[in-house]
Parts: sequence; structure tokens; C-alpha cells
Amino acid sequence: MSAVETKVKEAKPLLSKKDRALMVDPLSDNNPITIQVLGICSALAVTTQMKPTAVMAISVLAVLVFANLTVSLLRNAIPSRIRIIVQLTVISVLVILVDQILQAFVYDVSKQLSVFVGLIITNCIIMGRLEAFAMGNKPGPSVLDALGNAAGYGWIILAVAFARELFGSGKLFGFQVIPDAVYQMGYVNNGLMLIPAGALFVIAIIIWIQRSINQKFEEA
Amino acid sequence: MFLAVDLISIFVKSIFVDNMIFAYFLGMCSYLAVSKNVKTAIGLGAAVIFVLGITVPINWLLLNGVLKEGGLTWLSPAFAEVDLSFLAFIMFIATIASMVQLVEMIIEKVSPTLYGSLGIFLPLIAVNCSILGGSLFMQERDYTLSEATVFGLGSGVGWLIAIVAIAAIRMKIRYSDVPKPLRGLGITFIITGLMGIAFMSFLGINL
Repeated sequence: MSAVETKVKEAKPLLSKKDRALMVDPLSDNNPITIQVLGICSALAVTTQMKPTAVMAISVLAVLVFANLTVSLLRNAIPSRIRIIVQLTVISVLVILVDQILQAFVYDVSKQLSVFVGLIITNCIIMGRLEAFAMGNKPGPSVLDALGNAAGYGWIILAVAFARELFGSGKLFGFQVIPDAVYQMGYVNNGLMLIPAGALFVIAIIIWIQRSINQKFEEA
Repeated sequence: MFLAVDLISIFVKSIFVDNMIFAYFLGMCSYLAVSKNVKTAIGLGAAVIFVLGITVPINWLLLNGVLKEGGLTWLSPAFAEVDLSFLAFIMFIATIASMVQLVEMIIEKVSPTLYGSLGIFLPLIAVNCSILGGSLFMQERDYTLSEATVFGLGSGVGWLIAIVAIAAIRMKIRYSDVPKPLRGLGITFIITGLMGIAFMSFLGINL
């Protein structure tokens, strides 16, 4: 879990304090999955293994950055009454591009992700960031906001996939990490991790830990 | 006769076995956001059944009549080689967004009471993953038109059952002493996981 975090936190010292907040806030205090409760659908369905999860995280990063950039550039030209459909069009064009690229270069992963690549279109994180940030901000900050949120999304789904693949099948990125000797001593893979419910339990535990540290609670 | 049995099997399967929430996590955003109260949950669930039941067959017609290879031959034999299926995403989402808009306008004209209860939920539905997911599964599984319609309706019913059940549980759990960091989102995830395990017992059903 922490390995992923450190990779993400390479904030450049050149950034102003405000810009850095845009990048760092979504990693924990304002995480799109555990705090804003957005983009859960795809987050849970693809996380049985690390490899498709990493592909998914990168795809969402690419779509979110370019969608935020495009909408931010167009923000003064979009009439507010039809903004949803304009945003959806921008997102679907980007998702079609991502889907075609995945099919061309990593066909097996693309088959594994099946409909979930298409469902990036309705991933609430993307719509949410376009509505809440890109429609009212300049392109520069919008790209930073997109990077921060995509990273916040990425590290959570990678953490979930890490736990599920490690405990569910004893592997990471498809390579066996739990040695055979341990299995001979009677260790068994936890099948619960591989079924859909496993993802929900893992993410609930992440939320539990995170909120215990942050001390931010919900009513009811 | 066989057709009817097939359709019933798809209907039951899409409600219980391939439940949108418990098996695929589709539509989780609105499932988590609108499940604090049973009445609004029923309203949103009804709207989802309605929109899924309309958009899946319409997208089927578009897919098979326009996008697929050879789909345009009714227009001119010269188009037999044209394959536009890479445009499926944008076509599906455009259909969904415009159908939602249309349904909203029709309901507003025909039945103001229904509009009063469903109105606020309809725009939300355009970006509900389960709607687009229904069309994408329809494409992936190569359903026929009648199968697609039944699948759309069944998935909607499954979604309604899920959201009404979680709303009822959340209304009860308000009186329980849940650990503070788990309150709200955390405990809802755990309950959904437990319900998912319960729904897995339907896996053995063969019709």
C-alpha cells in the first residue's frame, strides 16, 4: 500500500501551496473514493488482480486529465443548459480512444476488463470533477486537479487489488509470492477475496483505517 | 414455448444471479447516495427499471441496424462492409441522455404526480452506471431483441430490490452502535458485501 503512495507523492517543489493542495488533498483528506464516494462501480469490479487494476488506473488517469483539460479550455463556450451532454461527448470520445488503444496493445487485459472500460464514461469521478472544477477553472489548475484525483482513485484501487490478489490467489501481478512451502504447511488461499463481496470488505477496512487516522466521521 | 422459458430464465437470472449491484457493482454511486430512506429508494428504483427497459432495446436496434458490420445493408448494399461498432460507446450514451430527457418531458406532460415523485431522480439516471452497463452487457452477450428487453427490465428489478433492501437496513441501523469511523459509508459497504454473499446462494438455480 505504502509503495504506491510514495510513487504518487512526487510533488514538484516548483508548485505553489495552492497547486500542491490540489494535488495532495485528493490522496487522503478528500479522496474521491473513500470521502467523496464517487467512482465506486468500476473501483470494485476490476480489482481481483493487480494487472487489470493498474491498466484501469492508468486509463482513468488519461481520460480524466484530458477531459478536464478539454472542458476547461471550452468552459466559456459551453452553454450551461447543454453542458452535461457536451461533457459526456468529450468523455466518450476519450474513452473510445482509450478502448481502441487497449484493444490494439494489451488485448487480453482489455478482454478481462470487458464492459468496465466503457463504464469509465459514467464513472462519477470524471463527471464530478468536470462539473465541480474544470467548468470554473483555468486549464493549468484543472490538469493538476485531475492528476490529484486520478492518483487518489488509483492508489485506493491498487491497494484493494493488492490485498485481494495477495490473499485471494497468493500472487502479485500474476507472479506467485507466497512460497510453496507455506502452502505445504497448511496455508490456504482465501476464496472470499475473489468474490465481489471481498472487495467491499477490503474497501470498508481501508475506510475504517483512514477515518480513524483522519478523525473525520459521518452522522448516522 | 422454448422461447418463453428462455426469456423467463434470463429475467430471473438478471434479477438474482447477475444482480447489477451484488455481482457487478453497477450503479453504486446512486445506490450509496439515495439509500437513506425507503420511499425515495423506491422512486429511484422505479425510474431505473423504466429507463433500462427503454434504452436497452433502443440501443439493440441501433447496434444491429446501424453500427454492426453489415448493419446498414437496408440502406444500400454498398454499406455491407461498413463496421462502426467502435462508435458504440458514444451512441449508447447519447441515446441514454436523450431518452432520459425525453422521458422526463413526457412524464411532466402526462402525469404531473408521477413527475413530482420521479422528477428529481431522472437527470441523475443519465450518469448511473447500471444503465450504460445494461447496454454494454447486451452488446457483449449478443442477445436478441426480446432477450435484450427482458434483460433490461430484469436488471432494473434487481437494482430496485437491492436499493430498497439497503435503504430499509440503513433506516434500522441508525439505532445501532456502529464504531465511529465505520459510520455511514463503511458499514454500508460491509452490509452490501454480506447481502452479496446471500445473493450468491442463487447461483445454483438453473431454469
